[in-house]
Amino acid sequence: MNAMQKDFVLAVEGLTVSFDGFKAVNDLSFYVDENEIRVIIGPNGAGKTTVLDLICGRTKATTGSIRFRGKELTKMKEHEIVHAGVGRKFQNPSIYEDLTVFENLELSYPKGRNVWGALTFKRDKDVISKVEEIAEMIFLQDLLNKEAGLLSHGQKQWLEIGMLLIQNPDLLMLDEPVAGMSVAERKQTAELLNRITKNRSVIVIEHDMQFVQDIAHRVTVLHQGKVLSEGSMDRVKHDPKVVEVYLGH
Amino acid sequence: MSHSGFRSLLPQQDMVYFAILAALIFVVFPLSMDIFRLNLVGKYLTYAFVALGLVLCWGYGGILSLGQGVFFGLGGYCMAMFLKLEASDPEATKIQSTPGIPDFMDWNQLTELPWFWEPFHSLGFSLLAVIIVPSIFAYIIGVAMFKRRVGGVYFAIITQAFAAILTILIIGQQGYTGGVNGITDLRTLKGWDIRSDEAKYILYFVNGLLLFACLFIAQYVRKSKLGRLLVAMREREDRVRFSGYDVANFKIFVFCLGAAFAAIGGAMFTLQVGFMSPSFVGIVPSIEMVIFCAVGGRMSLMGAVYGTLLVNWAKTTFSESFPELWLFAMGGLFIAVVLAFPNGLAGLYQTWVAPRLSQWLRNIRALRPPLTTAQSRS
Repeated sequence: MNAMQKDFVLAVEGLTVSFDGFKAVNDLSFYVDENEIRVIIGPNGAGKTTVLDLICGRTKATTGSIRFRGKELTKMKEHEIVHAGVGRKFQNPSIYEDLTVFENLELSYPKGRNVWGALTFKRDKDVISKVEEIAEMIFLQDLLNKEAGLLSHGQKQWLEIGMLLIQNPDLLMLDEPVAGMSVAERKQTAELLNRITKNRSVIVIEHDMQFVQDIAHRVTVLHQGKVLSEGSMDRVKHDPKVVEVYLGH
Repeated sequence: MSHSGFRSLLPQQDMVYFAILAALIFVVFPLSMDIFRLNLVGKYLTYAFVALGLVLCWGYGGILSLGQGVFFGLGGYCMAMFLKLEASDPEATKIQSTPGIPDFMDWNQLTELPWFWEPFHSLGFSLLAVIIVPSIFAYIIGVAMFKRRVGGVYFAIITQAFAAILTILIIGQQGYTGGVNGITDLRTLKGWDIRSDEAKYILYFVNGLLLFACLFIAQYVRKSKLGRLLVAMREREDRVRFSGYDVANFKIFVFCLGAAFAAIGGAMFTLQVGFMSPSFVGIVPSIEMVIFCAVGGRMSLMGAVYGTLLVNWAKTTFSESFPELWLFAMGGLFIAVVLAFPNGLAGLYQTWVAPRLSQWLRNIRALRPPLTTAQSRS
């Protein structure tokens, strides 16, 4: 059993969380492979965001296990989960609006993460070149000194993705990364995601079916906290259960 | 520190502000005031230490503490305990029923020095205690609150409760603490009379130097990555946490640093004013200290110092002529600051004065011949 689990980057098994008796996630199991882009879709209230919250430690599971490269995440603190290699993007762009784009990325650079380290942190060549490299990937290379609060909505989404990339996580979790983006920005984001998944696994929550089609390797459909269907986009799209609860309207 | 390191710590503009403040504190005030007024300014400046800590905690980190008086008081009491013991040698207290202990203990029928007073015979221990006792206290509060993710208004209320509790404790334990009168009648520091005019001058300058040391430390923290993290935490605590930081540790650090600053201020208060009492520990003084910081501008280190000086100067001036009105004026001032200029004096300076000033400087430079401009740059 254990030997089998090691093949997965992430193994979620029997995961349940109940809020005052309401089971937002109910006995959920799914597995994510190396270098896979997994998209989670499902109607509102299906428990998609809750699943990400559980993986990154924001919400504590009632029962069940989440194993990431053999480590049990349910018992770890949020920052320890980040150190283990899990990065999380929130639904609304969550960036530091009073700081510049450069400073936003610099704070996410995985060095000097304790008090002493932060006091003695030096903005050296490595940091600068890494920040510039990431800024170019997320199309913000010319805006490094701009206050992040002044960016457009789409640029803020990219910035947050960049803040995750600079941590170089093994598992990247994105909650609706293209929400509120223009068509052109969506295309750019799909391209970006395809580029950054070379050496890591990604879990994406998304409603935009065209976007899902563009990026997903496999799709998991959630409904009432359970997996309704799982497989390639084509398979899932024609699954009568999925059509009934989600796609049919 | 290397030259370039110093430059990044104090960019030219900040250097000018530091220099102006230094000139005021070390030259203008001592030359323009008699020792009574100067001693008063020295007393005001001890509150500036607290305001400085609040800039980091509250302005940068978003942690509003309404109990900084606790740390100011603890620092002040540690200093006062040493001075009181020195003033209570057996020779000076031979008329007491138990000579050699502080007078208030004798009045309260204590017959020997309590154990926790013993180490305060040593100046070295007392000076260490001034910093360490309040820092440990802040650390315990910080761990208990921040690790449990208590923040915002709840934290503010709890710190206020601590201020109330400590005041009640000090007043209630009269035999150990001097009660509501505090620890009074302090005379000498290692035989040096701190009540003489000369001593007051020296203490004023020591106070100024310590204030600048704290200003430099605060400036270093502000300019470090930790300073940017504090701003980030204030805005998006979750994002910081999910970028791999243990947020509570940073809050504990800045809260302890603020406590240590306040404690130094408290100790210098005791030395310059010659006593320490619970009226500098409780809720009202703690809130006043927040007002000093708010009026000066909670994001500005310089603002904290000027705000403290200005409010205290106003307090002294007005309460001499309208003692009953002062508290209302103070309340009104706080409301006005919050509603009308949330960034305080520093904010007003940034929006109104600074742009005009730099325009004026540019005009002057434009009038000069180009050669001089090139020289002044090099």
